[in-house]
Amino acid sequence: MQSLRQFLDRIKPNFQKGGKLHMFESTFEGFETFLFVPNKVTDRGAHIRDATDMKRTMILVVIAAIPTLLFGMWNVGYQHFLATGYEGTFWEAFLFGLSKVLPIIIVTYASGLIVEFAFAQIRGEEINEGFLVTGILIPLITPVTIPLWMVSVGTVFAVIIGKEIFGGTGMNILNPAITARAFMFFAYPARFSGDFVWISGLPEGEGIIDGFSGATPLANAAIGNIEAIPPVMDMIIGTIPGSIGETSFLAILLGALILVITGVGSLKIILSVFAGGMAMGLLLNAFAVSPLMEIPAWHHLVMGGFAFGAVYMATDPVSASRTETGKYIYGFLIGFLAILIRVLNPAFPEGMLLAILFMNVFAPLIDYNVVKANVKRRIKRAEMVGQHAKTMK
Amino acid sequence: MSQKEQNEKEPLFSPKHIKLLTNPLDDDNPITVLVLGICSALAVTVMLQPAVVMTLSVVCVMGLANLIVSLLRNTIPPRIRIIVQLVVIASLVILVDQVLKAFLYDVSRQLSVFVGLIITNCIIMGRLEAFALANKPWPSFLDGVGNAAGYGIILIIVAFLRELLGSGTVYGYPVIEYLGLYEFGYEDNGFMILPPMALITVGVIIWVQRSRNRKLIETN
Repeated sequence: MQSLRQFLDRIKPNFQKGGKLHMFESTFEGFETFLFVPNKVTDRGAHIRDATDMKRTMILVVIAAIPTLLFGMWNVGYQHFLATGYEGTFWEAFLFGLSKVLPIIIVTYASGLIVEFAFAQIRGEEINEGFLVTGILIPLITPVTIPLWMVSVGTVFAVIIGKEIFGGTGMNILNPAITARAFMFFAYPARFSGDFVWISGLPEGEGIIDGFSGATPLANAAIGNIEAIPPVMDMIIGTIPGSIGETSFLAILLGALILVITGVGSLKIILSVFAGGMAMGLLLNAFAVSPLMEIPAWHHLVMGGFAFGAVYMATDPVSASRTETGKYIYGFLIGFLAILIRVLNPAFPEGMLLAILFMNVFAPLIDYNVVKANVKRRIKRAEMVGQHAKTMK
Repeated sequence: MSQKEQNEKEPLFSPKHIKLLTNPLDDDNPITVLVLGICSALAVTVMLQPAVVMTLSVVCVMGLANLIVSLLRNTIPPRIRIIVQLVVIASLVILVDQVLKAFLYDVSRQLSVFVGLIITNCIIMGRLEAFALANKPWPSFLDGVGNAAGYGIILIIVAFLRELLGSGTVYGYPVIEYLGLYEFGYEDNGFMILPPMALITVGVIIWVQRSRNRKLIETN
């Protein structure tokens, strides 16, 4: 630690005004504040002062994503062995998954950070750490078989169109990770649907044992193949095919716990997303005319990317509603729409993606109306107090 | 008499007239600066060929409509000027449509309803109202051609990008296949074929244009 600090202090003058490498000042600044908490604090203005800065906040989200990441790695190996009929140990499965998932993570971070650093450098701004989170979330919501260059294209698109054109971290309307997923989903639909893309090795034609299907529970549900949906317990534990990080409800729950306890993710949003999904599920059950509509409402909450979206995507403080009442409305509508799209639109077996993007766009409108309503309420109260005072006279 | 003098003073391609042609290509571009004519820009830009044909059609219709309305400008009663303009545009569009059907039937089918919808292209009506009704025939003609070209240049840029990235071809030639990129695992981007991507492409063009041409950036 000490020697690292000394090294940074030694090379710092090069990056300051007049130094040889002044043009890379924001890059240096980015690394320095990443490694050490900066001693600059806000000293004036009506700000809430907190012990953590944005880099530390972002790191907490990355930590919260680690349970799903580790489980996802193991599951990649487990599913692969299941499909090929190989009896592997726990560590074999994990290492196999690691070897498949790590390249995706590295490519995501590399391409995203290059864009991020380039923009910060050109604009002469500090480098923001929003991408630390985006970079871990993008691999978690892609199928393991995705070609690496697609991940790179999707990430670059998301960082530029989803974030930088609005002014960078904190200014974006859409969640960049979801934007990347949406872009890849619409650009390369064949890589995001079908029975083969979710399990490593299958698209390359590696041996499949008889009777094995790589379809996700949702894909089975969408074609009305209800018997093929795995038992709920499997879906809760997560030993099912799916995007790398979305399969395990338990791991996501652990992540949610970390987010809520540290105060980074909003419990209100998470709970209201689930409430919204449950409400729509019950509504569909009540009017069920197809096998897909008859799936018990609470099963929907553990299927597909619903829980993952609710915990890691919907709670993104930048693109979510900021008013407290707004958070309930925002979350509820996400869940409500996600299940609606999932069940009633056969073209999109996973509605979470579209529901979150849709509500991201609506979040400012919700906030505006919540604030307006509050202003109205207080004016009314003030008038009543005024009248009361008059009558007392 | 004074009018005639002015006519003779001003050469056909004076700097002022050239400006009428070139300004709409960048500073006054109908799509990226005035944000008009977006609907057809999204609809006909999946492939380069329809976009080029559309551009030529609009150049013809707009140049001639501006010319005709400018010639008529002193005889059109102001209260019915819109309907007169519409009649002029509609007649020209029907002519263009018939020519396309006769000589470029395939493209005409691809463009389908959008040739007819040139009538409702906001740029044309806008130029008639804003320019042709108040200017002499020759400048009006140039203004019409210039604005149509400004519209067309964006159309062609967008169509080029969408066709290259979405279908892997340029004007029908399989460029990507020729380069052998598919063997490296490259795949066409299906999103580029969908209308939202046309909107994003236009947005990116606006972004690039404004970062290059800073006086276009709105201050409020």
